[in-house]
Amino acid sequence: MLERIEKAKDQMTAACEAMGRPINIMEVCGTHTVSIFRNGIRSVLPAGLRLLSGPGCPVCVTDQSYIDTVLRLADRDDLLIATYGDMIRVPGRGGSLETKRAKAAVRVVLSSEDALQLARDNPSKVVVFIAVGFETTAPATAVVVKEAAADSLENFCIFSGHKLVVPAMRALLSDKNNNIDAFLCPGHVSAIIGYGAFGEIVDNFGRPCVVAGFEALQIMEGLAEICRQLSCGEPELKSVYTAVVTRDGNTAAQKIIDECFEAVDGYWRGLGKIKKSTLRLRDEYGRFDAVQRFGLHEIPAEDTTGCRCGEVLCGLIEPPQCSLFERACSPEMPVGACMVSSEGACAAWFKYGRKRECRK
Amino acid sequence: MTKRRTDRILLAHGGGGRLTDQLIRRHILPQLKNDALAELGDSAKLDLSSASVCFTTDSYVVKPLFFNGGDIGKLAVCGTINDLAVAGSRPVALTLSLIIEEGFEFALLAKILSGIGEAARQSDAQIVAGDTKTVESGAAEGIFINTAGVGVRLPGVDLGFEKITPGDRIIINGTIGDHGMAIISQREGMEFQSRLRSDCAALAGLTCRLLESTNGIRFMRDPTRGGLAAALNEIAAGTGLAVEISETDVPVDPTVRAAAEMLGFDPLTIANEGKFVAVVSPESAEQCLNICKSHPLGGNAAIIGTVVQASDVPTVELMTEIGGRRIVPMPYGRELPRIC
Repeated sequence: MLERIEKAKDQMTAACEAMGRPINIMEVCGTHTVSIFRNGIRSVLPAGLRLLSGPGCPVCVTDQSYIDTVLRLADRDDLLIATYGDMIRVPGRGGSLETKRAKAAVRVVLSSEDALQLARDNPSKVVVFIAVGFETTAPATAVVVKEAAADSLENFCIFSGHKLVVPAMRALLSDKNNNIDAFLCPGHVSAIIGYGAFGEIVDNFGRPCVVAGFEALQIMEGLAEICRQLSCGEPELKSVYTAVVTRDGNTAAQKIIDECFEAVDGYWRGLGKIKKSTLRLRDEYGRFDAVQRFGLHEIPAEDTTGCRCGEVLCGLIEPPQCSLFERACSPEMPVGACMVSSEGACAAWFKYGRKRECRK
Repeated sequence: MTKRRTDRILLAHGGGGRLTDQLIRRHILPQLKNDALAELGDSAKLDLSSASVCFTTDSYVVKPLFFNGGDIGKLAVCGTINDLAVAGSRPVALTLSLIIEEGFEFALLAKILSGIGEAARQSDAQIVAGDTKTVESGAAEGIFINTAGVGVRLPGVDLGFEKITPGDRIIINGTIGDHGMAIISQREGMEFQSRLRSDCAALAGLTCRLLESTNGIRFMRDPTRGGLAAALNEIAAGTGLAVEISETDVPVDPTVRAAAEMLGFDPLTIANEGKFVAVVSPESAEQCLNICKSHPLGGNAAIIGTVVQASDVPTVELMTEIGGRRIVPMPYGRELPRIC
């Protein structure tokens, strides 16, 4: 393995020298972000190569208005909120699900199936499943919506915050201030959507897109491949995660997403409104849609905390450049979503990157 | 099948009357049999070989009560023995307090007490005093245990942060994360739970042998909650020095590694119950390693790192497999509740 690591390092160094300018590569996957830190990958990269942690963590990209709406739902006596654990500590207007949990009915679930079971076990309450995540978790949400429909389970609905990765990448590159030279594409999402889905980024924006797995070696080889493409000026679509990711992806999972959901415009933390970037239940499943059921309106919330999560997610700043980082904002007392999730860029920097990496 | 009422602990078993007496004489004493306890006095009288002692206490609320590699009883004895052992003492006497939930089965209590008796005997420590309380159904999850212990300090042994100097080596007596992963995998019902086994063990035999064989040992700590990461961060904070460890040298069982990966845990932060970290002089490191390796509880022992001068703030750094470096932070730990 070490030989291949050394080879990847050499390729990156050579490419950086050939480019004669700094290279910025963005990863759009929280698992990549954490693996990069845990393996100390930044510390072995050539000086001119910078990694940006983009919008790859589901909790981080969820807009504040969505969080505030969830908190309002948690105040209702007739509802039972079922959520993934990561979401409960995200602060919003009037606290977080964690602080509400003392008096409100909030349950942490490990899967969408658990949420559905909760509805079966609690017929007197309406269970609202806080459905967040990218294309990786959307199929599991679709499955339970279909099950609920088949069983006519009327006390179950979902509040969809599901997001699509490619529209976000498109939005990032459409901003003329962006500094992104290439994307290290997410392994898990690609397993669902297929690496072919990133073709439009390569074709329309001329940016290399390389899918990698989560081992240090995979990431290093993915980065080396990107550097190679950049230095010879030939952006390509490629996967070095060949054991898991195919060009077409998991078509069965894509089909079930498509059967239940349609892509609509939606708000992202830091990126604002992005066209056709959020999944909404199709009308035929409307009775399982919390938005329709409770007449919810997503109003973009103004962030008054001074938190710069948005700029972090766009790769414009690194977490230590936010004045709250480490001072007012820490994993114990998070101000922004990127510090809450273990896959958030701020949490990863806080945990593994302080001292050495932020004082460079 | 419903159990008969007499198969279970009643609230009255903690009432101090005849049922309490029965509980102690019929169920507890036979398992722990020793002269000091059999007197059932208000206090145990101890004749110690030295006036210099170590004294500690710990409470155990682990869930599940029985896990692969041990149970709450064994854990309660080993945990206190280990706290005494790593402080440089030979454990002598323990106290045992049981807080039992109404309705708890006697058969389970017997199993737990048998584990307690065995662990104490193996360490040559006696349970010399105890207490039993019962609480209403729902007020405890089966049983909670507190133990306290006294150990006689080994002559000439003086361990402490202040003894640690740059260049000292860091030794661990085996694989990390075994206890925490055994507990969590059982709770999560993971399919490979049977291959994960807690390392729960009393370490006094090995630590005493080490301390009596060499004077190169500066400091020891048992990396329980917070795992190796917490223990090493405490060393850095306590000394003002930095600690560097090598990822490839830290022993991790492959199943533990895979399970931790699956659940998103870092093995460095997962609890151990049969491990110690020793900071030793560079000259004595090989000898200490060999002593560990020749002991049943140290077969996978390894030298994992070095204490170095801190460049600015005292930190723990990991040299990763790919030749990178990263901080090993103090875990802020809420990930694994009730593992001990």
